[in-house]
Amino acid sequence: MADLTSEFVGIKSPNPFWLASAPPTDKEYNVRRAFEAGWGGVVWKTLGEAGPPIVNVSGPRYGAIWGADRRLLGLNNIELITDRPLETNLQEIKSVKRDYPDRAVVVSLMVPCEEGPWKKILPLVEDTGADGVELNFGCPHGMAERGMGSAVGQVPEYIEMVTRWCKQYSRMPVIVKLTPNIADIRKPAEAAQRGGADAVSLINTINSITSVNLDDFIPEPTIDGRGAHGGYCGPAVKPIALSMVSEIARNPETTNLPISGIGGVTTWRDGAEFLALGAGNVQVCTAAMTYGFKIVQEMISGLSEWMDEKGHASVADVVGRAVPNCGDWQDLNLNYITKAEINQDSCINCGRCFAACEDTSHQAILMSEDRTFSVDEGECVACNLCINVCPVEGCITMRELQVGEVDERTGREVDGTHGDWTTHPNNPAVAAAE
Amino acid sequence: MTASIATDGIVSNRLSGEELAENFSDLHPPLDPHEALVAADRCYFCHDAPCTTACPTEIDIPLFIRQIATGTPESAARTIFSQNILGGMCARVCPTETLCEEVCVRETAEGKPVKIGRLQRYATDTLMAKPGHPFTRAADTGKTIAVLGAGPAGLSCAHRLAMKGHAVTIYDLRSKGGGLNEFGIAAYKSVDGYAQDEVEWLLAIGGITVECGKSVPLSELADAFDAVFLGVGLSGVNALGVEGEDKNNVLDAVSFISDLRQADDLASLPIGRRVVVIGGGMTAVDAAVQSKLLGAQDVTMVYRRGREAMSASEFEQVLATSKGVRIIYNAQPLRVTGNGAAAAIEFGYTETVDGKLRPTGETFTLAADQVFKAIGQTLEGAPDALNLEGRKIAVDENGRTSVKNVWAGGDCASGGDDLTVTAAAEGRDAAEDIHTTLMGG
Ligand SMILES: Cc1cc2nc3c(=O)[nH]c(=O)nc-3n(C[C@H](O)[C@H](O)[C@H](O)COP(=O)(O)OP(=O)(O)OC[C@H]3O[C@@H](n4cnc5c(N)ncnc54)[C@H](O)[C@@H]3O)c2cc1C
Ligand SMILES: Cc1cc2nc3c(=O)[nH]c(=O)nc-3n(C[C@H](O)[C@H](O)[C@H](O)COP(=O)(O)O)c2cc1C
Ligand code: SF4
Repeated sequence: MADLTSEFVGIKSPNPFWLASAPPTDKEYNVRRAFEAGWGGVVWKTLGEAGPPIVNVSGPRYGAIWGADRRLLGLNNIELITDRPLETNLQEIKSVKRDYPDRAVVVSLMVPCEEGPWKKILPLVEDTGADGVELNFGCPHGMAERGMGSAVGQVPEYIEMVTRWCKQYSRMPVIVKLTPNIADIRKPAEAAQRGGADAVSLINTINSITSVNLDDFIPEPTIDGRGAHGGYCGPAVKPIALSMVSEIARNPETTNLPISGIGGVTTWRDGAEFLALGAGNVQVCTAAMTYGFKIVQEMISGLSEWMDEKGHASVADVVGRAVPNCGDWQDLNLNYITKAEINQDSCINCGRCFAACEDTSHQAILMSEDRTFSVDEGECVACNLCINVCPVEGCITMRELQVGEVDERTGREVDGTHGDWTTHPNNPAVAAAE
Repeated sequence: MTASIATDGIVSNRLSGEELAENFSDLHPPLDPHEALVAADRCYFCHDAPCTTACPTEIDIPLFIRQIATGTPESAARTIFSQNILGGMCARVCPTETLCEEVCVRETAEGKPVKIGRLQRYATDTLMAKPGHPFTRAADTGKTIAVLGAGPAGLSCAHRLAMKGHAVTIYDLRSKGGGLNEFGIAAYKSVDGYAQDEVEWLLAIGGITVECGKSVPLSELADAFDAVFLGVGLSGVNALGVEGEDKNNVLDAVSFISDLRQADDLASLPIGRRVVVIGGGMTAVDAAVQSKLLGAQDVTMVYRRGREAMSASEFEQVLATSKGVRIIYNAQPLRVTGNGAAAAIEFGYTETVDGKLRPTGETFTLAADQVFKAIGQTLEGAPDALNLEGRKIAVDENGRTSVKNVWAGGDCASGGDDLTVTAAAEGRDAAEDIHTTLMGG
């Protein structure tokens, strides 16, 4: 049996699946039930300063995007940080951590961007016995308007400054949670590292409006006739999150900076993909909110089955394994040729590949009078669109041309050499260098 | 071919080997991987799921279906087997339409439940096709337990006990293990020798000795073992109690089915041109359908009460009629006539008045060269020492009988429906209680 125990910035947990800072971790009742269900750790819902807590809207907080069969694909929220008193949260954190010493309990924080408030709150958190803190520089709505959350996360200098205060005033590991609402994710990660962060976590939610009511012309969710943008999360954001994680993992500046991967993790496989792209563990919010805490059992069994099957002994063996294979476009081999191939036995003759290729791509799919669809290798550029629109998994596949075969489209023989853009004769930069 | 469906009397070779192979093929063929993903995708992962509650072994159905949906059918199988080691057979034989699938929220919403049974088969088949066994034995406890009966109850009990580290000996009177999985279940529900494959796979846990063709009196077992589990099923058959019942070719449906299940060549089995089956349960349906599939021209099932009272589910009734079986409700047999062998059977119509069944006085006669009795099985030869409840061995909710260190479960024990899955659940639960008792927990 594969060993799923995880150690992230010195924090141990029985598995790498943590609940992200959000409603599932907003109170003791939830967190206890989450631990009973098997979650390896939690990042407690973001705490703010002592004093009167923030106030949430009392109308709908969420908007959603659904796929077929009303499967929830994306969730948008306008919730703020915890709206419960600091003292209550601290007491509850202490009580949970005492009863679950083997689980990770990290506390998310967001206080004004001044030294005083950070200096004040850190010892209070340390007192609870929590394993670490996560700095919420990501929340894109409400808090940002008050100069916190993503308003900090979008300015690398602020990130560096606050992180440094936290390392100065606390012995706890500091994880900096990044906002994706920024052009280059590497910059805030580098800033966090300069400030002394033990790790970064990403992504927080993405600015979003999920829909507009076309009768009243109001964005949804609607609060008394008005709407505001919220933060987007769930399966839909996974590709964005994966890419951002990979960018930090392969950036030479931050290559040794631990990453907690967040964004759309819904199954064990999503988790494994984050690990492979360099995340040391993963955090989950929307999947738990959609299906309940029990889904962690599938994440655990699935990761374990896959690791056993592939002979990966421990989580650490998997982390970062895909990073070396992740590069820039310019390094991709332009001499690598594939062609789409349609399996006539599994084809159900729907014609979607034809419509896609004929109307929008390269006219490389042929349709006979009796609705047989086949690929014209003379036109196929191997773009993969037909495969992606085909409703039958595995019906259309890509065949790699072997050395010696001729690409009918270009008339060139495959010679097995590597040739990318950096050396391609059409590249003006190459011509200039010669 | 020497005979046809229209040949009079009881003859073999009514259908060709090809026709028979087609008729007795898998009732619900396995899902291919794509079908399984599509079917799994429909599960809503309900909270405190009604399907799990409806399953006598309480398999975590939403979890195993999600494990299929996420490409890990072997984990799905572990989820199933950890609750029900006979999950493979149950996937084939459970009347899911009256268990898990009946209460599926998509049945409520759309009249189309998630295909739980077939998904269960997909998962269990996938794991069982791999070498090895998914469970390991705990360290040897030094305790020994005798299990009487190698049916679903006995096997499930033995496996759980072996997992806990006990040494188990199973005795069964029959020539091979499996109980009614091997000798009773309709052939098209368990094709390709699945029952024996399953027994062999289950025994791979180790620590279980099976002695077939043998029984030992309870008194001796009680002396020689630390505990005894009785899973002897129901080996007696209820009599019709009508004139002419002793004529030739008036037969027990269960022995007909047992012969059919054990036949190497179905074509060699003689079957009547006109077959009448008396009864309204699964056994009656199975006898009627399999008669039809063997090539009987006219098969009629006669049940003494109305459709709604029939214990065979609606699915089973539709299956029977779709295969060409005629079902007559509200009629009971009065006498079998014929010269030495059955030739016809006379029935009287019934009606239910104030909850009581009574004859209407109207009668009719069906020609019959073969009559199968399927009006229920009974417990036979229960050891005198045991208290009975009704006609079954009395047990409490942990399967304990009235005698110390003797447990019972499955069809022979009181409580629960007479189903494979119930037997599996009761065997498992008794094993847990035996373990707790023996280990002084
Ligand atoms: C024709 C038929 C069709 C059925 N179809 C279905 C179906 O489709 N789905 C479903 O869920 N259920 C079905 N059932 C019911 C199901 O088969 C039983 O509920 C189940 O097999 C009960 O399991 P068991 O272990 O209690 O008994 P059995 O399966 O009857 O096994 C008892 C075993 O004990 C042995 N035995 C008996 N006496 C002794 C003794 N003194 N010493 C040693 N061994 C002994 C027997 O040889 C037998 O092997 C059907 C039953 C019949 C008869
Ligand atoms: C309702 C809601 C509230 C959230 N509140 C917080 C928060 O207080 N602090 C925080 O750091 N992230 C918060 N998040 C963001 C999540 O922690 C997480 O980063 C994001 O949802 C992406 O993960 P997912 O796709 O698994 O949901 C919230 C998300 C949701 C849906
Ligand atoms: S989930 Fe539904 S019931 Fe629960 S608080 Fe939200 S709106 Fe109310």
